[in-house]
Amino acid sequence: MSANAAKELSPELFEPVASEAGAEERILRERVGFWKDAWRRFRTNPGAMAGLIVLALIVFFAIFGPMMNKYDDHTNNLTISNQEHIGDHYFGTDNLGRDLWQRTWHGAQVSLLIALLAALIDLCIGVTIGSISGYFGGRVDDILQRIIEILYSIPNLIVVTLMLLVFDPGIVPIAVALSITGWVPMARVVRAQIMKLKSQEYVLAARTLGAGHRRILFKHLIPNVMGPIIVAVTFAIPSAIFFEAFLSMIGLGIRPPQASLGSLVFDGYNYLQIYPYQLFYPAAILCLIMLAFNLVGDGLRDALDPRMRK
Amino acid sequence: MSKTETQDKEVILSVKNLKKHFVVGGGQVVQAVDGVTFDVYRGETLGLVGESGCGKSTIGRTLIRLYGVTDGSVEFKGKNVHELKGQELRAFNRQMQMIFQDPYASLNPRMTVMDIIAEGIDIHGLASGEERRKRVIELLKVVGLNEEHADRFPHEFSGGQRQRIGIARALAVEPEFIIADEPISALDVSIQAQVVNLMKKLQKEQGLTYLFIAHDLSMVKYISDRVGVMYLGNLVELAGSDELYENPLHPYTEALLSAVPIPDPKTAKTRERIILEGDVPSPINPPSGCRFRTRCPKAMEICAKEIPQWKEAQPNHFVACHLYNE
Amino acid sequence: MSKLLEVRDLHVSFKTYNGEVKAVRGVTFDLEKGETLAIVGESGCGKSVTSQTIMRLIPNPPGFIKEGEILFEGDDLAKATEKQMEKIRGKEIAMIFQDPMTSLNPTMTVGAQIIEGLVRHQKMSKAEARNKAIEMLRLVGIPSPESRLAQYPHQFSGGMRQRAMIAIALACQPKILIADEPTTALDVTIQAQIIDLMKELQKKTGTAIILITHDLGVVADIADRVVVMYAGIVIETGKLDEIFYNPRHPYTWGLLGSMPRLDLRSDQKLLPIPGSPPDLISPPKGCPFAARCKYAMKICKEQMPERTDISSTHQVACWLEHPMAPDVKPPVAAVGGTKDE
Repeated sequence: MSANAAKELSPELFEPVASEAGAEERILRERVGFWKDAWRRFRTNPGAMAGLIVLALIVFFAIFGPMMNKYDDHTNNLTISNQEHIGDHYFGTDNLGRDLWQRTWHGAQVSLLIALLAALIDLCIGVTIGSISGYFGGRVDDILQRIIEILYSIPNLIVVTLMLLVFDPGIVPIAVALSITGWVPMARVVRAQIMKLKSQEYVLAARTLGAGHRRILFKHLIPNVMGPIIVAVTFAIPSAIFFEAFLSMIGLGIRPPQASLGSLVFDGYNYLQIYPYQLFYPAAILCLIMLAFNLVGDGLRDALDPRMRK
Repeated sequence: MSKTETQDKEVILSVKNLKKHFVVGGGQVVQAVDGVTFDVYRGETLGLVGESGCGKSTIGRTLIRLYGVTDGSVEFKGKNVHELKGQELRAFNRQMQMIFQDPYASLNPRMTVMDIIAEGIDIHGLASGEERRKRVIELLKVVGLNEEHADRFPHEFSGGQRQRIGIARALAVEPEFIIADEPISALDVSIQAQVVNLMKKLQKEQGLTYLFIAHDLSMVKYISDRVGVMYLGNLVELAGSDELYENPLHPYTEALLSAVPIPDPKTAKTRERIILEGDVPSPINPPSGCRFRTRCPKAMEICAKEIPQWKEAQPNHFVACHLYNE
Repeated sequence: MSKLLEVRDLHVSFKTYNGEVKAVRGVTFDLEKGETLAIVGESGCGKSVTSQTIMRLIPNPPGFIKEGEILFEGDDLAKATEKQMEKIRGKEIAMIFQDPMTSLNPTMTVGAQIIEGLVRHQKMSKAEARNKAIEMLRLVGIPSPESRLAQYPHQFSGGMRQRAMIAIALACQPKILIADEPTTALDVTIQAQIIDLMKELQKKTGTAIILITHDLGVVADIADRVVVMYAGIVIETGKLDEIFYNPRHPYTWGLLGSMPRLDLRSDQKLLPIPGSPPDLISPPKGCPFAARCKYAMKICKEQMPERTDISSTHQVACWLEHPMAPDVKPPVAAVGGTKDE
């Protein structure tokens, strides 16, 4: 310390100060809950944010797009068939003269609905089976795991084909058909997480306090598996959309005149050489949905991953 | 309490020939705890030390029913804890509590401190609404925290604060007996002293009985009235804490004591150390006879053949070693 | 003796979501040939960051050296390129870590891991390196080294792994060995083995050791000099006896006073330090320990104390050393246990 500085110090600076009671225990950072913290991390991920914006736009158009011109999705008008630029048919018309703007957004609606419904069913069955299997372990786990293995060993195309031969392919039957084997990955994720978490000390603490199975599952385990569950759902949705598109391609999907993105791509594919625009719009939207969900899923995984927590 | 009058005290917990084996893959059996006998007196602190894998944590978890027993019995206030049912079990869950090792894993990250501490209150329906909040804030103050901490989440706290929240959770059901399973091992030295002093204070105020499990012999000796030393699933020696340090009987205790670093350069440089050769054998296939014989500097022929008896070699000083056969 | 390593006013920060964590905020110390320097402090005090910065092992981003110099035999490692560092790491400065399991490659035999370094740094032939590896394993007390050479890390026990790590680290005869909590993950009896081994090896090889630890017991056993860190700064530094028998900083008093001593009767009183270390995203303006310090004065909260010399080897950064400060005696718990017989 320089001599000058020493002179400037006044003696009263050297009076002891009593430390405030509890001051050393004070937490200075603002209170941050789990979701807020996750959102802060998610926000800083440009890819994930772009995905979220694209998704929001697509959902917006899927809902409000059909209100933006005066056509509907099933009225034929053969006088204007296969026109790329005509009036306010923004996406042109198809071989029957139906408005492709209408059909594309109705199709997106159908695709998203099927996927959401399928993911929701996966979620319910997967979380239930996964948590029972992981939590109780032992014999219960053995039996459930064998069932899962059997289900998983049957090619799901066969299961879905059989289902759709029995039921009329509509939104609900397709979603149900997709879920018959679709819940398996979700159950596996949940089972693995629960098995890991059930030996955590906070669960042991709850057990020593006399907590029952229900309390441990719903208060301690499932809330802590929410992160991986949400991530699994975000990845299940695009795969359901893709599978539905595939079903439409082989003629097992949504029946005309209703359309889904998959059936539109299939229709467009038939005219690819002459009218490429008919394939382009639905295919582009399909790709965007897939890409966006994957980006969002990656972002969520990073944001919800506890190892990233600081 | 003084260490000599323990024999007049009421036995609160009695462990007899406790065995806990785990079946691992391939039909192999880990003999984590193999025939341990000891009593805990009301109001005392019994320390349990040993190196990793010696079975000390398994004992703690078996006592509080997180594990079942393979053989032997655990009696808490005269009742076998593994046969409790219904009302008696609920009462037991309140009377015996546990403090855990890892301050980061022992609090549910998705619950607020309020809900964490109130868990026992909720399970046993002890209070609700405003009364519940009041009780939690009271408990927070007991462990040196305050009201403003109640609505925060565990990750906002430091290790020492989290450990104190864990203590408050255990205290919420007004237990008589607390098993502290390595409660300070994950904490920094200065914070360790905070937690240990808090535990001592609580014991004095509420008449708690502790089973204090740790691998840090200096801290165990500091907090405990009596100390038990474990090696590979067996209790090898049990005595008053000063007696154990001044007059260790078992060769393993001797080696352990001499290996503990002492934060004083003069002592550290002059004292004689017994360095044990090799590592602890596997509890899957432990050595025959005395389990310590493979590393014991004083091993004899009989050590490989016979399991040493657990006996009171000197008043209130138990040991299992062939050196002390009559 | 001459200075092997000089760290001058080192600042290291990490960028996080919450802001810049100033993990090391002006650390200065030096290391002489053949000595053992212990850096002690609690978790988060910056001791490990300092040692990893010397090796330039801090991932960037998020970590970066804000300012300061790390002079190793006159070269500034803080400005060295990755290529230059590759020549220094392992050969000139080696490091062993707390958890040997994560620092050994699980898919390579232990022998291959020793030989790799020897071939690269010492330009040995495979056969020479193999012989040297066997010699090293024998040196660190691993029985039947010839057969151990072909084994994988998971076939070693915890203590053996740490021995193997030391063998790898010392194989190229480094001038400095940085040991980051080398015994923390080990049981006491194994810990005693490793400390003995390190002392013995230092006698044989003359390697200077930087020991990073929180365990004052280990420090008392092995160190020549001690650097005490708190919240990213060095608060006290001195010879082993100066730190243990004439500690000047209240934090050092706290550290010494909060450790129970096995050799004292159980009526010993522990002196805990209240509270927790400060948040290094917004460290306090003055002395970082002021909020937890029983002797804090007004000035402590406003101005960072400067280093004061107690002796030519003993420095402390505390306002209590200022002539205008009140005279304060260290609590008995901190120095009381050290009375001579």
